[in-house]
This record gives sequence, structure tokens and C-alpha cells, in this order.
Amino acid sequence: MNRREALSRVGILLGGTVIGAEVFLSGCKSTATKAGAFSPETIALLDEIGETILPTTPDSPGAKAAQIGNFMKTIVTDCYRENEQKAFNEGIDKFNEACKAKYSKAFTELSAAERTEFLTALDKEAKEFVKTDTYKKEKKAFDEQQDAWVKAEEAKKNFGAVKVKQSYPPHYFTMMKQLTVWGYFTSKPGATQALRYVETPGKFDGAYPYKKGDKAWAL
Amino acid sequence: MAENNTYDAIVIGSGISGGWAAKELTEKGLKVIMLERGKNIEHVKDYVNAGKAPWEFPHRGSKTQEMIKDHPVLNRDYPLNETNLDWWVDEKESPYTEVKRFDWFRGYHVGGRSLLWGRQSYRWSDLDFEANAKDGIAIDWPVRYKEIAPWYDYVEKFAGISGNRDGIGHLPDGQFLPPMDMTVVEKDVASRIKDIYKGQRQMIIGRVANITQPLPGRTNCQYRNKCWLGCPFGAYFSTQSSTLPAAMKTGNLTVRPWSIVTKILYDKDKKRATGVEVLDAETNKTYVYNAKIVFLNASTLNSTWILMNSATDIWPGGLGSTSGELGHNLMDHHLGVGASGKVEGYEDKYTYGRRANGIYIPRFRNLNGDKRDYLRGFGYQGGGGRGRGNTSAEEITIGVGLKESLTEPGSWHMNIGGFGEILPYHENVVTLDPNKKDKWGLNVLSIDAEWKENERKMRVDMKNDAIEMLEKAGVKDVRGREGDGTIGRGIHEMGTARMGADPKTSVLNKWNQMWDAPNVFVTDGSFMVSANCVNPSLTYMAFTARAVDHAVNELKKQNL
Repeated sequence: MNRREALSRVGILLGGTVIGAEVFLSGCKSTATKAGAFSPETIALLDEIGETILPTTPDSPGAKAAQIGNFMKTIVTDCYRENEQKAFNEGIDKFNEACKAKYSKAFTELSAAERTEFLTALDKEAKEFVKTDTYKKEKKAFDEQQDAWVKAEEAKKNFGAVKVKQSYPPHYFTMMKQLTVWGYFTSKPGATQALRYVETPGKFDGAYPYKKGDKAWAL
Repeated sequence: MAENNTYDAIVIGSGISGGWAAKELTEKGLKVIMLERGKNIEHVKDYVNAGKAPWEFPHRGSKTQEMIKDHPVLNRDYPLNETNLDWWVDEKESPYTEVKRFDWFRGYHVGGRSLLWGRQSYRWSDLDFEANAKDGIAIDWPVRYKEIAPWYDYVEKFAGISGNRDGIGHLPDGQFLPPMDMTVVEKDVASRIKDIYKGQRQMIIGRVANITQPLPGRTNCQYRNKCWLGCPFGAYFSTQSSTLPAAMKTGNLTVRPWSIVTKILYDKDKKRATGVEVLDAETNKTYVYNAKIVFLNASTLNSTWILMNSATDIWPGGLGSTSGELGHNLMDHHLGVGASGKVEGYEDKYTYGRRANGIYIPRFRNLNGDKRDYLRGFGYQGGGGRGRGNTSAEEITIGVGLKESLTEPGSWHMNIGGFGEILPYHENVVTLDPNKKDKWGLNVLSIDAEWKENERKMRVDMKNDAIEMLEKAGVKDVRGREGDGTIGRGIHEMGTARMGADPKTSVLNKWNQMWDAPNVFVTDGSFMVSANCVNPSLTYMAFTARAVDHAVNELKKQNL
């Protein structure tokens, strides 16, 4: 596979459009992150959320061992667009409130079964969220506004505008899940234990034998 | 100015064609100085990211807001990334003007874009060299395939091109190292395409400048697919891995980084160049270097910029402007159109290794009796591989099930993307911007180019043919795509100092020699008279080696 094609396929391999990885292809605006948005407590919380999304299994560690909280902090702070950062940071508050409302406890105080139950419900909520009329309407209006901005910028010969326009953020849990999946499988434990990684393959075989249970190659 | 600044030859630029010029000139015994506007990059030693694992990059290779802010042009396509950022131009230091959108991706350092190139290497044939004459557009190429074929042989043997001898008339076979392997799915799709189209369309393994057998000083490709970080094995052709070591070995080469050539110095009485003026990019001091021969290989648009700034006391438009063609006929390849889909089956097969190559479908339009409503054609590059992640992962929400489904290989897929020919339009032009200046106070280039009706019509076929071929070959869920293939995105700038048979309509003669200064040779993409649809670098290599041979012969005959 050549370089151009490989890069265009990043999104596909990660299972659709991925924010942050998509930033790879489109862009974001510079902005200062809200102070304290990623306190040690927040990072610890994101570690636990990540671990629930991709848990430790007999053959490989989970997302926590991949320092997924720190990875989320790095990507949200450095790569997310302004509006995506806002949605993510507000999402952390919403997450805590929703957890309190349902269990009268913080997420980190929940049992493993409760954590899974809560995130399974959130995942469902996130998938339904983008199907609601309200979301679709807001997204449409947002996209139109962005397209109008791009047009105006291009008229001023800012031809890069199309690649820095913002997209309307999905549910915050979608972001957390995407970051977990991306960050984990490109981490050392994810790539070398959950997947297979050969630094220097030395040869290429286009018909390499595969049997059920063999792990996929890390990129 | 006190140092000895006289050489037999000056090479301006150190990329693919500059490296070749330096190698050929020094091997023929000339004392050469190679001037490079950017920093030095030393083979292996300076490939600082080549040994890193994916997780050693904090953003896993992605780009940050800060990078986007600093590189608004690079951000327009794949080049902006965390892993080799230092090898792309500093856009703040070196801006340019866009009359229309033109994405210009540059590498200002020793090796230039030879470190970053896509490495696909295809010969031209007379289908291409005769195209302008047959279509009655622009001017005829002053050469034909039989004159260039031996030079293709020559450069292929040294550069190391892996490929299969496919016996395709309009995509001549070369001096190939053994081909890389196709995947099972590529083989399947290739054989179906061959049957369905009765040999009129073919899918072949890419011919690529990655070596599959060792060459002197170079190890064969290790299938890491990290070429653009620099290869510690020297497994792909670059100035650093190939031409520079050969040139250094002669003891005849001096390399001077940080040397911005601001003009070629011209003696109007002798009608010869006498040397060049250099602005030291670090100290801002000016130096003069003298030589009997100048090879201009600064990359198409920058070579044109240098010519426009040279001998302006004699010709206001610069050296080579008498033809009225200097800066005109800017070409590239248009891309971003293709199709992809899933391939069922082959669950018991996978791939091993990361092949830095793909498949190629050579041009099939407007040949063998086919006649379209546009001129010329396009080829496809792509590949068939097995993805990661079980499709059922969509339904799996979180937890062990999600993790397990994402650790399995997914289904096979096949993907192809077109590279189309852009015609040479006189009005696609670069000029000097009288107002905007770069960091060194030099007026920058202004680019005014676009593709037109012929390219738009071709893109309809590029998409429909891609979908049709994949569907007929049994690929499922085929989806076409059409991105914004803005001119420049091919990173194949060509044509702004074209060659020809007549000084009234061309800047160079058939030996890449300037009509207005016979001891100046321009052998980067600027000499191209048409663009074809194949990747151009191999052709620059062949013409460069040929031009050096001619130059040294002329020098011996005291004609220069």
C-alpha cells in the first residue's frame, strides 16, 4: 500500500470517522485549554473509563496500562478543535453528574458490573444522540455556517480554510470511546500484546496463513 | 569571497535530479559543488524518527493545532504529520502567492523530496512523447522513446527499481529487480480484470524504487513502510542512499547547504553563464561561485524562479524568457478520484510485512481504438489488503467483546485511486510577485494555475471506471469517491521551462540545454513538455544522466 492510500485509510481502520485522527485529515484551531480541565483526578477517571471500554483480559492489559487518560489529555489539548475541546470537557462534567444521578456514587466508586452497565447505557445514549432531530438540525445549521465561513475565506484567498473548518461534535462518550480505541491499539501494550507488532518484518508475504484466533497486525 | 570559488560544474539543488547530476558529473571527473538552500540531512544519522515505534510519538503521528497554524499549506493534505515535520518547508520563512489555489509541498534540505517521494517509477513510451504532436496541442517533444530508452536502462540499474516484466507496450518494461508480491486478493482481482477486459486493462504490481535485492552499500527493503522517515537500510532510492555516496566516492564533490542561489550569472558577450550568486541562508552573506557548466535542479518552480531572477539586465523576464514560455505550461497530476470495496472470502489468508508499494493499473483510455470526449488518460494506484476489526464491532458496545473484535483481522478490501494527466496550458503560469517577500527579502513566486474541461471530463471516467472495474472483478459494496484534487496535490510540478525543437517556443533544447545559455542545463521537472499520467521522477533521472553525458562531451569539444 502506498503512502497516500495508507493515510486516507486511517479512519476506515479505526472504524469510521475518528476525531483527532480525523484532525489528521482536516484540522483544528489553536486555543488555550481551560485551566484544570485535566486534573490528576480527571486523568484517573479517564483511565477507569478507558479500562471499562477496553478491559484487561487474560492475554493483554487494558487501556489503563496504556495510560489512556494521559493520551486523551494530550490529544484533546493538542489536537482537538476548540468546539470539540469544549464538548469533551463539558462531557466530563455531564458524565459525573449522570453517574451521581444514577448511582449516587462517583464512577471510580462503582463496582465493575456497575461501570459496565453505566457505560453500556451511555454508549447506547451516544448512538441515539446523533440520530435525534434536534442533533441533526443543530449539526446542519453548524455545518452550513462553517461552509459559509469557508466560502468567505476562500474569497479572501485563504485556500486552507476548508481544512480548518470545525465539525459539529458528537456525544461526549463517542469521543471518549474513540480516543480509547485509537490510543490503546497504538500504545505499546495494545500494539504488542493485544495485537502483533513486528518492527522489521524483513519480507512481505501476500498470502500469509491465517487461522482463527491469530491476532491482527498493529499498523 | 576569499575562498576558492571556482569549480568545473555547479549543481543547484540536491533532490532526485540534482543528486543524479552531481553523481554523473563527478564520475566523469569534473570538480563539482552542489548548492542546497536548506539544511544538511546525513544518511542514517539524521533519520532520527526512523527507529521509533508508533507509540513513541505523543500524538501517534497525528497533527496538532500548533502544527496546523504553522503549516497552513501542508495541512491541506497528508504531508502534515508529526513524524517527519522537519523535512517539510517552513511556510512562514518561504511563503508564496496563490492567484488560484495551488497546494505546493516542498522539502528544503539536502536530498529534497527524494527523501519523501512516493517512489513509483514508470517509463514513458512514444504514446506520450508523440501525444502533443498527434493532438496538435502545445509543442512536440523533441525526443522519442528510442533515444531515452538506454538512459532509462542506465538509471534503473543504479537506482534499483523492483517490478515485473509485464510486456505492456505503452508502459515499457525496464531493468527490474524482482517484483514485490501481490496479496491474494490483488492477484484475484488482477486475473479477473485481465479476463473481463481481454488484456486491454491490467493490474500489475507497482514498479517502485525500493530494492528487493541488495545493491552496493544498500540493504534490500525490510517492509517496514516507514520510507518517509528516511531508511536506515538505504532500501529506497534517495540522494542520500544512492547518488550522494557515489558522488562523494569520487572525491570530486563539495556539498554546500544553506545556499540559496539567487541568480545565474551571465556573460552577454560570451552568451554563457559564468556561475551563480549565492545568499547564505544562515549568515545572509552573498557569495559567487564560478563554473564552466551549471546544472539547474532546484525543483520545477524554484528553478524557474532562479531563471526569472537571472540576466534581467538583458531580458527583463529573466534567462530563458525570450521564448515567452518561461514560467508557463505548469502541470501536475490530478488525483483524489477512485473507488474501494470489500472482498469476500480469503479468511484463511493474511499478509506479513508492511509493503511500501501497491498495485498499478496502467492507462487504458484513448488507446487501442478507445476514443473519449477528452484527451489522454489516467492510471490507478491502490492495493488490496486485510483490515483490522471484525465488522460486528459496530454492534458490540464496550468491554471484552469490543476488545476482542478489534484484535482480529477484518475483511479484505480493494482500493484504487486515479492519477490523471493535466494538459500543458500556456495560461497556467508562475510569475514573480512584485510585493511579497520571503524571510531573506526575496520576491516570492505567484502561482496561477488550474485544471480545466479536459481534466473535469477525465475525472468522470476516473470514477466510473474505478467503480465498474471493481464491481466486475467481484468486489462488493463498491463505493466511488471524488475528493478535491486541487492542482499541486500530485506534488509533480512540471513544465515551466520546457524543452523543444524551436527556441521561439521552448526554453531548452532536446539536451535540456538552455537556448539562451548553452552551458546551463535544466533537468528537473521544469523541462517536461507534457505530463503523461505516470509518476515523473524516473524520467527526470534518465534525462539528467543523458544531459550530463551531452554536457561533458560538449565540454570536451570546447563547445561550452
